[in-house]
Amino acid sequence: MSRLAVPKTYKLYVGGKFIRSESGRVYEVATTKGSFSVSSVNAAKASRKDARDAVVAARAAVSGWSGTTGYNRGQVLYRIAEILDGRRAQFAEEIAAFEGVSASAAQAQVDEAIDLWVWYAGWADKYVQVAGNGNAVSGPFFNLSVPEPTGVVAVIAPQSAGVPGSLLGFVRAVAPVLVSGNTVVVIPSEKAPLAALSLGEVFATSDVPAGVVNVLSGSPAEIAPWLAAHADVNALDLLGAGELEWVDLQIAAADTLKRVLPPEPGPDAGAPSLERITFFTETKTVWHTKGLL
Amino acid sequence: METTRAGTTVAPASRALEVIGGDLTERSLRRYLEGIPGVDAVGLEARAAALGTRSIKTTSKAWALDTIIRLTDLTTLEGADTPGKVKSLVAKALVPDPDDMSTPRVAAVCVYGDMVPHAVEALGSAHDDGATGRINVAAVATAFPSGRASRSVKLSDTSDAVAAGADEIDMVIDRGAFLSGRYGQVFDEIVAVKEACKRPDGTYAHLKVILETGELNTYDNVRRASWLGILAGGDFIKTSTGKVTPAATLPVTLSMLEVVRDWHRLTGEKIGVKPAGGIRASKDAIKYLVTVAETVGEEWLQPDLFRFGASSLLNDVLLQRQKLTSGRYSGPAYVTID
Repeated sequence: MSRLAVPKTYKLYVGGKFIRSESGRVYEVATTKGSFSVSSVNAAKASRKDARDAVVAARAAVSGWSGTTGYNRGQVLYRIAEILDGRRAQFAEEIAAFEGVSASAAQAQVDEAIDLWVWYAGWADKYVQVAGNGNAVSGPFFNLSVPEPTGVVAVIAPQSAGVPGSLLGFVRAVAPVLVSGNTVVVIPSEKAPLAALSLGEVFATSDVPAGVVNVLSGSPAEIAPWLAAHADVNALDLLGAGELEWVDLQIAAADTLKRVLPPEPGPDAGAPSLERITFFTETKTVWHTKGLL
Repeated sequence: METTRAGTTVAPASRALEVIGGDLTERSLRRYLEGIPGVDAVGLEARAAALGTRSIKTTSKAWALDTIIRLTDLTTLEGADTPGKVKSLVAKALVPDPDDMSTPRVAAVCVYGDMVPHAVEALGSAHDDGATGRINVAAVATAFPSGRASRSVKLSDTSDAVAAGADEIDMVIDRGAFLSGRYGQVFDEIVAVKEACKRPDGTYAHLKVILETGELNTYDNVRRASWLGILAGGDFIKTSTGKVTPAATLPVTLSMLEVVRDWHRLTGEKIGVKPAGGIRASKDAIKYLVTVAETVGEEWLQPDLFRFGASSLLNDVLLQRQKLTSGRYSGPAYVTID
């Protein structure tokens, strides 16, 4: 007797919980190759109210996550790499089946994503030293400028299948934002959201506090305007918004003075850089009196 | 404590005399209260849950949000309260949202008795009789929140607050006595506090009777305590102090509203209801509005007959209002921190 397949329902990851959309909607994500156990799976389709709830969860997580030491955040991000490494087979299979790439290309993408978590983890207790500095001032003061996390960041992850790929593109967008202590509401690739949603399971089991990463699968064209206009979102990363009316998103974001990173095209979209970390920070400058002796 | 003997007469409150009859004794009061039919708990909770599923949108929602603000007793009841804290509470009561002057004012500010003079002073002309957008001062009294003090302390607590200018007194019942079945003692106390609410000119401060439903354990007790509070002369029955969990819940409020409805059918008199504590989201508050309208009628949706006792609810309502006005979601950075 043949065994029945157990198709998985991929759910949103909000506030540390795997939830269905409040709208009850799902959409079909189809495989491009027959190698997966089923030909298509359902993923939850987030609504604007899910986005609203995700921002509330992300806001609640800011103080805890940004309050940890850089060293501790680095350990947590490194832990993501460790857990992801242990589940590489699942990720490679999902990528191969739903992005239509070869098994070796899928494997290479997972490896690069893991390495990228390690790379960004290393920055967590170092970027302050690089981006901050002591300022020379004409008076008896120590004057120090240090970068501080900006708060809640809405991210639109790269949408196109292929390079850099749904998992790597997602990690390139999300990891640098987390380094400084921001929390994230992210819309993964609409066509291939599974790697991102599975990565939610990695976050849930790797000491990342609830609400620090919130993953909303669904239509970026539908959800992004609400996040861009949301008064409680501090910054917007439009990395994967190239095919949307992203100038409108930028205009909506300007109403509440958000930092906005524009879309990047091509395989190098969101390539690892220190600037992606420091862009989502605010500079705090402290004046402290010097002893005159 | 000595047990009250069954034949002891209790205070001759006019409502009780009318409903129960001339020989008002501990026994007749007990017989009346225990003769009230029990509550179908499953049915009550199902009814409350059904009322909570109504979808209130757009213009109805805008109306509901403004109504919630008009019905709110903006509350601060902390041991750490200071005159400055009360002053900023009053400022918020007068102008809930400085970015939108069309926001209505709340019904009252609710403070501890010793803060009443500060609240009255801060309200200034907004506390005058007949002022448009008048805001009342409500004071909790009778050894709030536990109610564990002697009768004389409770009465002077009340009369002090009234003398200082409180328009409304929120008293707690003696839950210990109620749960031990000493209904007469609870009854007498409410009657005495009501007398202490009397002002020199013969008018009375409004009396809200806090049942503290979280300590009454059963819906039957809530229903009995509601009747007791009304019979003894309460103008309002209020669910909770906010210091005990669970505080106000929808089924409990529904059962109290049913008593108020029955009392209105029986006597034509309108009693107010105030759920307090634990109502933090506009969505929850709207469920209460629906429940009131469906149980006693829409005429109860006015400050004289229905109040929310809340502190953080107002901020959530303001955020929802801002969302309706601007079309985008607002955030906690756009309302005051209380």
